[in-house]
Formats: sequence, structure tokens, C-alpha cells
Amino acid sequence: MSMIEINNLKKSFGKLEVLKDINIDVQSQEVVCVIGPSGSGKSTLLRCMNLLEEPTGGDIFIEGDNLTDPKTNINELRQRLGMVFQQFNLFPHMSVMDNITMGPKRLKGKSQAEVRELGTKLLEKVGLVDKADVYPDNLSGGQKQRVAIARALAMEPRIMLFDEPTSALDPEMVGEVLQVMKDLAEEGMTMTIVTHEMGFAKEVADRVIFMDEGYIVEQGTPDELFNHPQNERTQAFLSKVL
Amino acid sequence: METIKIILEGLPTLLKGMGLTIEVTVISLILAMFIGLVLGVFSITKFKVLRAISTAFVDIIRGTPLLVQILFIYFGLPSVLDISLTAFAAGVIAITVNAAAYLVEIFRAGINSIDKGQMEAGRTIGFSYGQTMRLIILPQAIRRMIPAFVNQFIVSIKDTSLLSAIGLAELTLSGQSIYAANFHAFEILFAVGILYFVIIYSLSLFSRWLERRLDVA
Ligand SMILES: Nc1ncnc2c1ncn2[C@@H]1O[C@H](COP(=O)(O)OP(=O)(O)OP(=O)(O)O)[C@@H](O)[C@H]1O
Ligand SMILES: [Mg+2]
Repeated sequence: MSMIEINNLKKSFGKLEVLKDINIDVQSQEVVCVIGPSGSGKSTLLRCMNLLEEPTGGDIFIEGDNLTDPKTNINELRQRLGMVFQQFNLFPHMSVMDNITMGPKRLKGKSQAEVRELGTKLLEKVGLVDKADVYPDNLSGGQKQRVAIARALAMEPRIMLFDEPTSALDPEMVGEVLQVMKDLAEEGMTMTIVTHEMGFAKEVADRVIFMDEGYIVEQGTPDELFNHPQNERTQAFLSKVL
Repeated sequence: METIKIILEGLPTLLKGMGLTIEVTVISLILAMFIGLVLGVFSITKFKVLRAISTAFVDIIRGTPLLVQILFIYFGLPSVLDISLTAFAAGVIAITVNAAAYLVEIFRAGINSIDKGQMEAGRTIGFSYGQTMRLIILPQAIRRMIPAFVNQFIVSIKDTSLLSAIGLAELTLSGQSIYAANFHAFEILFAVGILYFVIIYSLSLFSRWLERRLDVA
């Protein structure tokens, strides 16, 4: 069964049609990178996958469950989808540890001791154990994003969605965040990543999707897409960014 | 010396009035905070009907004078509905409703001032709208709202003096009743002013302390 199956997805904001006819299948443990020019609908696509945006048409299935079916419990379903934002969106009024543990504590009924252990384990994974009691405002951008990843992982999601996780970072901090994502990919996490980091996509992706003007123009392995792009628009885009 | 004697003689009555002023204010503001929060959340939901209820309430209350509202609740309503209200109850209702209308705007602006990424982050983890509001949005928003709350509390405390118009023996009417008998309006009103100042200044000090404690950004 596909982890994510998207059929004929359409999304409009008023008269502006942002996603026109999107079909995607993401398999278990697959790492899919989505690239494309600004405004092509990448973020909107990702946000439809956990219903932060309501599709105007089409269907999205997460592990077989229909996301847009009103009978689906969206809060439960979202627990299976971790999401990392460009702007981190950490909770500034909580310590790093509380940011990470509030989800499992409140939604999964885990005890304080259990979540503390989980939080410590995740902070080790992202290399920030010493920051457990710090508030987000006192972290660098790269550290914030690593905490945000740990926070998403704390819900033990089946799928991770990333929307340009390194675009708001100073260049010297990009590497530390990409490293955490690479580790995740190696552990077999199913991931969909919107990114401008072509080097990362080449190295980590199983499949790269090129979007333009609300359509998936072309997709394939990194080698196919980056080295032998078939579509003119893909070629034009890549010649600008590579 | 004479002045002090006059004030001291009036003081028990004035303190009783001050107690009533505080009582009306505290009850009204607690109720108003609750209504303000609920209607404030109404005003930012995607449900048109709830937004309309909130807007109508705010517009009507802010668009009419408080004294008219007080008189309307105390004299107007009982004349057509089959109810009778004590001056105290009418006063509490009037101050509550009036403060609530202004608090709606404070809550709305405060909640809107929180980056929408916070709501999205909460929902993405799997929290419901209500949980995200309660655990993530409001704790941040309320810290920012404290100065505006205190401002409204101070206005409401002063507004209670209008309840003298319906015969509620709060601080202002207590003063009036004393100088109506002893004709020492200057001394008594001076004392009334000081007692209002004491209440309001204590509140200001408390809020400054609270803001420091919560380290409002
Ligand atoms: N909430 C919204 N309301 C109206 N228009 C929107 C909204 N969100 C996105 N859009 C529009 O939809 C289009 C696609 O936006 P989207 O953010 O998905 O693009 P993107 O591919 O992620 O671009 P970028 O690389 O700049 O992040 C843009 O024209 C954008 O202005
Ligand atoms: Mg985007």
C-alpha cells in the first residue's frame, strides 16, 4: 500500500488555480524531493497532504485513509504525518524539551518520565541534548530547525513532510540540518521534501519531482531528472539553479 | 483639622461604597473576560454566523453610551419583560456587557498578533483547534494583552461611578449621600477621588509587577 496516494488533486485560492491536476504515489521508505520555481505550488501541495490547505478537488490517501473524507479523524491522521516548516514555528513560550514532549504527553497520554526519556533520545539524535531547558529564542536558526524536526519525530510519525527546511538558515547552518535529514532517510523514514538544495536532492532522493505552474512536469530518479531532463521547462529551470 | 474630621466621619460610609464598587467591578470583569474571550474567538473563526454575532454585539455596545445602557437595563427592560432587577444586578450586567465589548477587540487583536505558523504547528502535531488555542495561542497572546486588559479594567472601575444613576450605593453615590446631608461637597468628593485613585493605582502596580514577572516581550 502507498504511504501517500494523490489522485487528480486540485487547489484554487479564489480564482487562482494553484494545483491543477496532481497525481503522486509515495511508497514506504521512499524519499521524494519536490523542486520547481517560486509560486509553482510546492508548498501548497505539501500543505494539502496534511490538510493545512483544503483541496478543491481530487483525493489524498494517507496509508489508505482518505484525508478529505469528513468521517476521517484529521487530528488522529495528522499524528502520522510529521511536518517541518521553513520558519521552524517552535513554541516560544516553552522550553526545547516541552516543545518536543507536549505532543506525546497530551495526545498519547504518556507519563512525564516517558516523554522526558523520549525527548532526551530525540535531542541526542539531533545533537542538542545540552539545550533541553533552553527557550527557542536563545537558539540559532540551525538549532531551531533541528528542534523542530525532533518535535515532529516525537509523535512517531509514519511520514515526514519538509517545506524548504533550510531556506531561512544562514549558509553555515544548512549542513547540520541536512545531515539530520540524511540520517532520517537512512533509517528508512518516508519523506517528502520541498527543497532548493539540489545537491541534497541528488544525494538523498529516491525520486525527484519537478513542478511548474501547478503541474508535475517531470519526475524520475535524481540521475534521470538532473542529468537527462526530457522536458524543456525542466531543462530551463535546472540551467538556472545548477 | 476640620477637613480631616469631616472626612473621617464620612469614611465608614465611603469605605462601604468602595467595597461595593470593588465588588461590582470584580464580578463584572470576571464575567466580561469570559464573554470577551468567547466572542473574541467567535470573531476570528471561519463561521460567518459566529463572526456576525460577535460583530453585532461589539458594534451595538460600543455605539451607545454606557449611561443609556445602564438606564435601559434597570428601567427599560423590566418595563417590557416580566423581570425585576436589583440595582446591583443591573449594574453588574451593564458593566459586564460594556467591558466585554471592548475585551472582545483586545482578545481578537491579541490572538491575531500571534504568527499563524503557531496554529499550523499545533494542528500539524495533531492538536485540535481548541487545544491549540488553549495550549499554544492563548498563553502567548494573553501575555501581550495584559497592558490592554489593565487599561480596560481601569476604565471599568471608573465606569461603575455611573451606577449612582440607578441608586446603587457604590463609592460615588455614597459620597453624594454624605454631602447631601452635611453640605461638605469639597472634602467628601476629595476623599472619594482619593479612594478611586487607591483602587486604580494598586491595580497599576499589580499589573507592572505581573508584566515584569511574565517578562512581556
Ligand atoms: N493562502 C493563500 N491565498 C492566496 N494565494 C495563495 C495562498 N497560498 C499560496 N498562494 C498562491 O499560490 C501560488 C503557489 O504558492 P506556493 O506557496 O505553493 O508556491 P511555492 O512553489 O511553494 O513557492 P516558493 O518556492 O516561493 O515557496 C502562489 O501564486 C501564491 O501566491
Ligand atoms: Mg513554498
